[in-house]
Amino acid sequence: MDAVERNELVFRARGLTKIYRMGEVEVPALRGIDLELYAGEMVVLLGPSGSGKSTLLNILGGLDTPTAGDVYYLDHNLTAAGDRDLTLFRRDHVGFVFQFYNLIPSLTARENVAVVTEISPAPMRPEEALTLVGLGERLDHFPAQLSGGEQQRVAIARAIAKNPAVLLCDEPTGALDSQTGVVVLEAIERVNRELGTLTVLITHNAGIAEMADRVIRLSDGHVIESRTNAVKKPAHELSW
Amino acid sequence: MKLSLAPLDLKLLRDLWHMRGQVLAIAAVIMGGVATLVMSLTTYDSLTTTRDRFYAEYRFAAVFAVLKRAPESVAERLRAVPGVERLETRVRAGVKLEVQGFGDPITGLLLSVPDGGPPQLNDIHMKRGRTVEPYSSNEVVLSDTFAEAHRLEPGDKIAAIINGKRKALTVVGVAVSPEYVYQIAPGAMFPDFKRYGVLWMGRNALAAAYDMEGAFNNVTATLARGTQVQEVIDRFDGILAPYGGTGAYPRKDQFSNRFLSEELKQLQTTATIFPAIFLGVAAFLLNVVISRLVALQREQIAILKAFGYSHLVIAGHFVKLVLVVVVIGVGAGTALGAWFGRGLSDVYMETTFRFPYLDYLLNPGVVIVALVVSATAAISGTLIAVFRAARLTPAEGMRPETPAIYRTTVIERIGLQRWLASPSRMIVRHIERRPLKAVLTVLGIACACGLMMVGNYQKGAIDFMVDVQFRQSAREDLSLTFIEPTSGRVLHELAALPGVTHVEGFRDAPAILRFRNYSHRHALFGIQPDGTLHRSLDRRLQPVSVPAGGVVLTDHLANKILHVQPGDMLTIEILEGRRRTVEVPVLGITQQFLGVSAYMQQASLNELLREGNVVTGAYLAIEPGTEPLVYAELHERPRVLGMVANDAAIRSFYATIGEFVLFYNLVSTLLAGAIGFGVVYNSARIALSEGGRELASLRVLGFTRGEIAYILLGELAVLALAAIPVGMLVGIGLVGILVQAFESELYRLPMTLTSENYAMGAAVIVVSALLSGWLVWRQLGKLDLVAVLKTRE
Repeated sequence: MDAVERNELVFRARGLTKIYRMGEVEVPALRGIDLELYAGEMVVLLGPSGSGKSTLLNILGGLDTPTAGDVYYLDHNLTAAGDRDLTLFRRDHVGFVFQFYNLIPSLTARENVAVVTEISPAPMRPEEALTLVGLGERLDHFPAQLSGGEQQRVAIARAIAKNPAVLLCDEPTGALDSQTGVVVLEAIERVNRELGTLTVLITHNAGIAEMADRVIRLSDGHVIESRTNAVKKPAHELSW
Repeated sequence: MKLSLAPLDLKLLRDLWHMRGQVLAIAAVIMGGVATLVMSLTTYDSLTTTRDRFYAEYRFAAVFAVLKRAPESVAERLRAVPGVERLETRVRAGVKLEVQGFGDPITGLLLSVPDGGPPQLNDIHMKRGRTVEPYSSNEVVLSDTFAEAHRLEPGDKIAAIINGKRKALTVVGVAVSPEYVYQIAPGAMFPDFKRYGVLWMGRNALAAAYDMEGAFNNVTATLARGTQVQEVIDRFDGILAPYGGTGAYPRKDQFSNRFLSEELKQLQTTATIFPAIFLGVAAFLLNVVISRLVALQREQIAILKAFGYSHLVIAGHFVKLVLVVVVIGVGAGTALGAWFGRGLSDVYMETTFRFPYLDYLLNPGVVIVALVVSATAAISGTLIAVFRAARLTPAEGMRPETPAIYRTTVIERIGLQRWLASPSRMIVRHIERRPLKAVLTVLGIACACGLMMVGNYQKGAIDFMVDVQFRQSAREDLSLTFIEPTSGRVLHELAALPGVTHVEGFRDAPAILRFRNYSHRHALFGIQPDGTLHRSLDRRLQPVSVPAGGVVLTDHLANKILHVQPGDMLTIEILEGRRRTVEVPVLGITQQFLGVSAYMQQASLNELLREGNVVTGAYLAIEPGTEPLVYAELHERPRVLGMVANDAAIRSFYATIGEFVLFYNLVSTLLAGAIGFGVVYNSARIALSEGGRELASLRVLGFTRGEIAYILLGELAVLALAAIPVGMLVGIGLVGILVQAFESELYRLPMTLTSENYAMGAAVIVVSALLSGWLVWRQLGKLDLVAVLKTRE
């Protein structure tokens, strides 16, 4: 590993393998991945579709379990955890941001954040989280009243309001135009910088990779490259 | 040969298979409606056909008249009345019966059959044995109810006290008659097969025993087509008046026939109200389910249309889907209904109506009616959704649906939101977003509660009626009728009998009551004004004493038959003695659930009849334990014609009615369960389908299965809980409709619902909700958390 700063080790994966069984066909998604992720890092997982990056993210986030290999979150072995423990793990330590926002349409922006802070041990106030993503003025709007970029920023606020140890973003700009996408990325960047949250961002867009501390490239279930950006480009300078 | 289906039909089958749970739940509701429809209609058809055939084959008369005694020559004058087709005179004798080993009083009715061949009218159908030998002196045929109740067979001996003289009789056969399809002792409230029997005896033998040689006291006739019945009745009354005629009456007023008609009318009511509820609920459910299916298949529909499928084909596709559900429901409902119908017909044959045979009919017409009614309800319920599917342009369909719009709810606008955590707010907003759907869901679930209450209502109502009738109103242990009007001094004699603790005499006289153009033929009852045994009750069921100088009518008689109010003058035509016609004021209206009555003070009635203290019967209170002694003593008295023991009557009534109550409870529980489960389960599945993505997202965010179940099932729980009070109101309403629909001169159901009824109604909701909740809980475990992140709704 050639990262510049050696902070606390958050995730450690060894020989991570995932094989999906589709009827009679076995589809390998991950083929023995070794990985270490540190606190405060901004990591971009880059790769074409089918490279295994989402599977990896899902396993890190406790949404899926590997077929073989081990993942440790701090000193907890996620591979051995059951549904109840994984639920608790997600609840207390993981913030998710999805491509399609997945907001609750029946709750306002503030309440979409509150839905998570209500069950978190040490959350920030929903208003605080929304201000952080630049939505302090739109607290009481329902998802149907917000633009796509705004909805995604609500999703980011929801993800970070619990003060998670890790923020996992799966194609957060995939459904947005580049201008709106940049605003969303700025919000993610700000969270990473100001809160020091380990952020893992999935994209197939090489342009976005320039905002990362570290870029991990996946192909066909293998890590084919892990490089540290010498110069981290601010999100507002990105374009694609 | 390879079976090939069009691709759309394959899709249809797979869609159906995919949502089989919901399909079955909706089919179950349709099944409920069709089952009640088929049950009621087939039973109605079967009983009507059987009745008509029985009446025709056994020449049931059209006009009936009872008189005191007329020489046989009078019959010729009656035959000469225009319109009379066939006429037969009979001897009819009220008797006391003795059956070996049975101590309770038995009242019997002996009817003559001609010695020279079978009866011209009201012929009897022999079930066992043979009819009486011409001119035999002691042979009788028994009605099958009585024979069965006492296990009497041809060859057995019984005895009858005819006109005070004991006569030994030999049973030669067992029969049923169109005149006594429904058998009940005169003055009794319920059938009691053990303590009342109809017997047929040779005319000569009966006439000899009853002092009716060369005479008759009963006549029946059939009429030529197109004859005005009332004209014949008027002529008969004119001819028979000097012979103590108490008024001829048409077939529709013949007691057995009238009771049968009332029962059939009620079956028709059942055949309308209940299927309407079920099919309404089914239509709503299909609408909800098909709307959701169309929403889910927006893209598929768009693609099909892009390929060139026409609107009509696509609309037809969904209609076909609905029809499959309907056909499943109608098929199962017809089978269940036929089973119920056969069961109900058997229960009728067993307990109430005696026919020689039962033509159980499953008329194909009934199935077609069921199919058309269900299909219409279902298709109209889904039409909107189907039109939406057909109207979609391909481009429109391929775009995702605009996100649902929510707003803050009333609860929040009035400032209660701080009491609600986010999950609870979601529940409230979901409900408020589609208020109509919520209301219909609540109503649907409420129907289950209501139906359950109706099904369970009867037992409480019967208990209540029996309590009012026998513990508040007719509290005597035994009521006696004398062979003819008798001096009131006889009461002292009765009071002196060992075991008799109290005696109240009564005087009754046949009469026609008239007010304006309304009239009613009925006995006028003279009772004791401050009697403690036989009392009339006011609206609050408190005993009221009958005032002197006028008449008190029971509510149905006053309000529904004669349309009189207290203060009106009633014209009373007494059909006895001097046959006076008098004007008498109506002094009050009382409440009574069984039968109808017109009461006066005994003294007032005696005065009207220009007689002294004369009674025709007595009510007795008997010391418990001394009944056999009292019965035996009274049995020996020639003046005592009949005895009805209340306690025995009640017990036998419950034995009879028990099967009916059980049957209805079973049917209603099954059907209410079908509706309750159908609505709750479908609502839950739809909620899961609509909210699945949302719930999975919450699971990803760290919500436990229990927490998301709270959001999904909480909404249902709120609706189910709201449905409980609404359901109780529906139950009250349905019982109200039932009370109205079943209101007849014979009985009125009381509007009483017990706490048990309410509890059963609530229970059906709670059980359906728990069962559906459990099934959905299992589904929640299968939510695909990963897929939800990758798909756009």
